[in-house]
Amino acid sequence: MTRARRRKPYGVKSAPYAFLIPATVLFLLFFALPIGYALYLSLRRTEVSGLGLGKGARKEIWAGFANYTDALSDSELLHGALRILGYGAIVVPVMLGLALLFALLLDTERLRLRGFTRLAIFLPYAIPGVVAALMWGFLYLPDVSPFYFLLDKAGLPQPDLLDGGPLYLALANIAVWGGTGFNMIVIYTSLRAIPAEIFEAARLDGCSQLQIALRIKIPMVAPSLVLTFFFSIIATLQVFNEPTTLKPLTNSLSTTWSPLMKVYQDAFVNNDIYAAAAQAVIIAVATLALSFGFLKAANSRTKQGASQ
Amino acid sequence: MKYRIVAASTAAVLAATALLTGCGSSDDDGSGDGPAASGPVSLTYWAWAPGLDKVADIWNKGEGKKAGITVTVKKQASGDDLVTKIITAAKAHKAPDLVQAEYQALPTLVSNDVLADISKEAGDAKGKFADGVWQQATLGSDALYALPQDSGPLMFYYRQDLFKQYGLSVPTTWDEFAETARALKKKAPDKDLTTFSSNDSGLFAGLAQQAGAQWWTTGGDKWKVAIDDPATQKVAGFWGGLVKEGAIDNQPMYTPAWNKALNTGKQIAWVSAVWAPGTLTTAAPDTAGKWAMAPLPQWTAGESVTGSWGGSSTAVTNDSKHKKAAAAFAKWLNTDSAALAALVKESGIYPAATAAQTGGALAKPPAYFANQPGFYTEAAKIAQGTAPAAWGPNVNVAYTAFKDNFAKAAKSRSDFAPALTAMQDATVADLKKQGFGVSE
Repeated sequence: MTRARRRKPYGVKSAPYAFLIPATVLFLLFFALPIGYALYLSLRRTEVSGLGLGKGARKEIWAGFANYTDALSDSELLHGALRILGYGAIVVPVMLGLALLFALLLDTERLRLRGFTRLAIFLPYAIPGVVAALMWGFLYLPDVSPFYFLLDKAGLPQPDLLDGGPLYLALANIAVWGGTGFNMIVIYTSLRAIPAEIFEAARLDGCSQLQIALRIKIPMVAPSLVLTFFFSIIATLQVFNEPTTLKPLTNSLSTTWSPLMKVYQDAFVNNDIYAAAAQAVIIAVATLALSFGFLKAANSRTKQGASQ
Repeated sequence: MKYRIVAASTAAVLAATALLTGCGSSDDDGSGDGPAASGPVSLTYWAWAPGLDKVADIWNKGEGKKAGITVTVKKQASGDDLVTKIITAAKAHKAPDLVQAEYQALPTLVSNDVLADISKEAGDAKGKFADGVWQQATLGSDALYALPQDSGPLMFYYRQDLFKQYGLSVPTTWDEFAETARALKKKAPDKDLTTFSSNDSGLFAGLAQQAGAQWWTTGGDKWKVAIDDPATQKVAGFWGGLVKEGAIDNQPMYTPAWNKALNTGKQIAWVSAVWAPGTLTTAAPDTAGKWAMAPLPQWTAGESVTGSWGGSSTAVTNDSKHKKAAAAFAKWLNTDSAALAALVKESGIYPAATAAQTGGALAKPPAYFANQPGFYTEAAKIAQGTAPAAWGPNVNVAYTAFKDNFAKAAKSRSDFAPALTAMQDATVADLKKQGFGVSE
């Protein structure tokens, strides 16, 4: 007993660290180590001599920052970034706008079939991205799409959705279809958390439903709007499934349409993991800068609003 | 109490680490530090052809049992992904003993030092294959890096009934092919003879081979890249011209829309390889028995040259501890008549070994071509004229450049020449970047 009591202060001090060990070990093994390895690879390259056939013809050497300068001066990566900016400019506002609208509608009092509607809007999120893209791909191809069949019967013009500007709409549509439900649930959950007496007070003051939505609900769910915006930006920067799945269906999508597709192409088709590692690091840094930049801006605005 | 928690969590961590390190090191298939060469040997074989495990079973129960060599097939995805996977495995010295590799991937694998030279063990099989096929496995050197398994000589497939209906005759030269496309457009403007597809570089490579292109050649210790040589320019110009004037379609193959076009007779011909019946069976099931096969149109009338689209080989890796045993299996698989018959039956391949290209399982035409009893006799005759292919260490880069640049050109129905130049430039730039010797 005395032994245990003497040990107690030691145990109390070290317990938090002991609790941290599992997470730390996992973090180091599966997060820090791979990132470190990617950083290492991004500074390496292979050097081939002569024909490069046979033993010893290929060595791995230090490349310095050559992979980075190559990636940054590669116009294809920049063009890919611009393309997904255009894509994101459609996806993010439309998806979050719809999510907010649906969440507000679901939150109104006299709604019937609320559970069913919520599930129906959420359901596409449960469908794997590749499957969704394949399904939409079928619907976009004029020769097999029922929509085009109906347009044809009605004598209406049939736009080519897999080319030029409409291609962005076609891709964005898949993301919106799949992502709206998830974001709606996030916003809806925080709407339900608003105390009911606030609405009661508002109604006593003569607020209409619309005014409640615009002046009370939206400002009060601002933090979850920030959160969903944050997730959407990251998802946009990482878009890969949809264009990769639609690519074989059209001449308009190149193998390097989005930055991540270029990373995939370099790593797994062109077999240049070093260049791919450098590009991955650049994309990660850009994603961090963009998303945390946005978070910081959003936070400082909220603080300003709170101090007023 | 607290003490116990600390102890428990420490134990949990230890257990977790043991588990994690366990994952990393328990990868040995027994192919690595196996028993001595005299004892029983077990080999792993990475391959994608369907039914290969059944063919390996024949070996395991017969010849392999006698020699004490057991082969286990591990099913893989085909194509580019597998090449990367094998190279990665070889870096960790954990490559399987045997791999299925497409011909155009062989130089890439050799240049990454993945494949063993098996000329001593299997070099005597040379006479069983057409020269053009064998040369792809030796890369034109004295070494032998793989044994040819299947080949894909190019042919011309067409809808016999619709050709008759529109009064078209089967083209024997490419000029006639262009005339046929135009004649069809005149008679049925909403139909196309065929399409130029930018999503499979292999077909274009095969068409270029037919015209005499040698995309990668070596001189001294330098590679020479000739993707924009006159022969390929001729091919690119021909197809670009047809797309530009609207005589043929410009949409990619292997899409639901393409399947429908073949199935409904919107496209009435397809330049493809000997394996086309399999594709047509799934793409155009309603038109079985209405198609026929003819030799590929020629650049010079009266010739009988064709190119290859696809085809693969069996290679032994440098990581294998039992190269001799692996080479013996590879040789059996691709030259033994029982093995080849099983390959045709179980895997549905068209064997590269010339003796197996007629008779046996190939005595009857494919079910889809029941109307053409001499299908495989004709195919074997066409296969004899297979032009040699010349592959280099970065075919994947050239293929990607083809897809991107020709897709753009086909989409805008513009000249194909700049796309071909871009393909050549991308390939040369990549070789130089990696440090290969390149002659201008």
